[in-house]
Amino acid sequence: MSLYKKCHRWFHQFASPKYFYDISHIISKYAIVVCIICFIAGLYGGLILAPADYQQGDSFRIMYVHVPAAWMALFVYVVMAVAGGIGLIWHIKLAEIVARNSAPIGASFTFLALVSGAIWGKPMWGAYWVWDARLTSFLILFFLYLGYIALQSAFEDRRVAARAGAILALVGIVNIPIIHYSVEWWSTLHQGSIISQIDKPTVHMSMLIPLIFMVLAFKTFYVTSLLIRVRTEILEYESNTSWVKQLLRDYKNVTN
Amino acid sequence: MSLTDFLSMGGYAKYIWPVYGICAVVLFLNIALPIFRERKVIRELQKRLQSEESKT
Repeated sequence: MSLYKKCHRWFHQFASPKYFYDISHIISKYAIVVCIICFIAGLYGGLILAPADYQQGDSFRIMYVHVPAAWMALFVYVVMAVAGGIGLIWHIKLAEIVARNSAPIGASFTFLALVSGAIWGKPMWGAYWVWDARLTSFLILFFLYLGYIALQSAFEDRRVAARAGAILALVGIVNIPIIHYSVEWWSTLHQGSIISQIDKPTVHMSMLIPLIFMVLAFKTFYVTSLLIRVRTEILEYESNTSWVKQLLRDYKNVTN
Repeated sequence: MSLTDFLSMGGYAKYIWPVYGICAVVLFLNIALPIFRERKVIRELQKRLQSEESKT
């Protein structure tokens, strides 16, 4: 069998609700363990081991929430738009479910990035909020998420809602490079990226390693939260199939 | 480093701890609410299945 055929078959198997439901339990179990370990390592390194910044003092420790939240806000948006696009083109139900259930998590990360940034801005810039390019484009990202969520509940038919949401998400993806390059294109209060060059990051290792752990923790957190939501929606959607009915009977036997 | 030193965060305590607190709440809700919903959906579907099967 050619590699293409293998991939094709794997893709379809993976997109089948029952297969995904089963495998999601295994993935989320590992993801939550990695998530907890990374959080402990990241928090210990970030709050205790890392020395205070020579300019920002201890206030730079807000970074360990702010940066992972902001990165994940962008990452989840891209996942949402790509999954929405796959659902739009190939009518894969699972992709629509992934897109829809990513939205509240992404909105949470965006909220977290905005709030932590505002609180960090007060001691560093003297203001919670300034209307500069990075902050404004990030606020637009938050509104895109809210618009997407509102759109999902505006339609009776979930498939119509998924299609409308996918178009909104794909149009809104133009905001992602704007957010990324906003600190280079326009003069801004927001500092530039500290680890744009992997080989020579402008941040010391003792500060960088906890950040990497926090990013991993946020990423695995997203996977865990998403899989629980996706599983639930698969059960609802597939509730008339024999495998779900059998599953419900089995769960009953376990709980009784 | 003493515990009070750690908690005072070099004078930035009133900025740092609220951020970590909000982070904890947001992350907790993003796990707890989906888990509650999953359980609720399973219970409802089980109930529906039971009433369907008792009819036939």
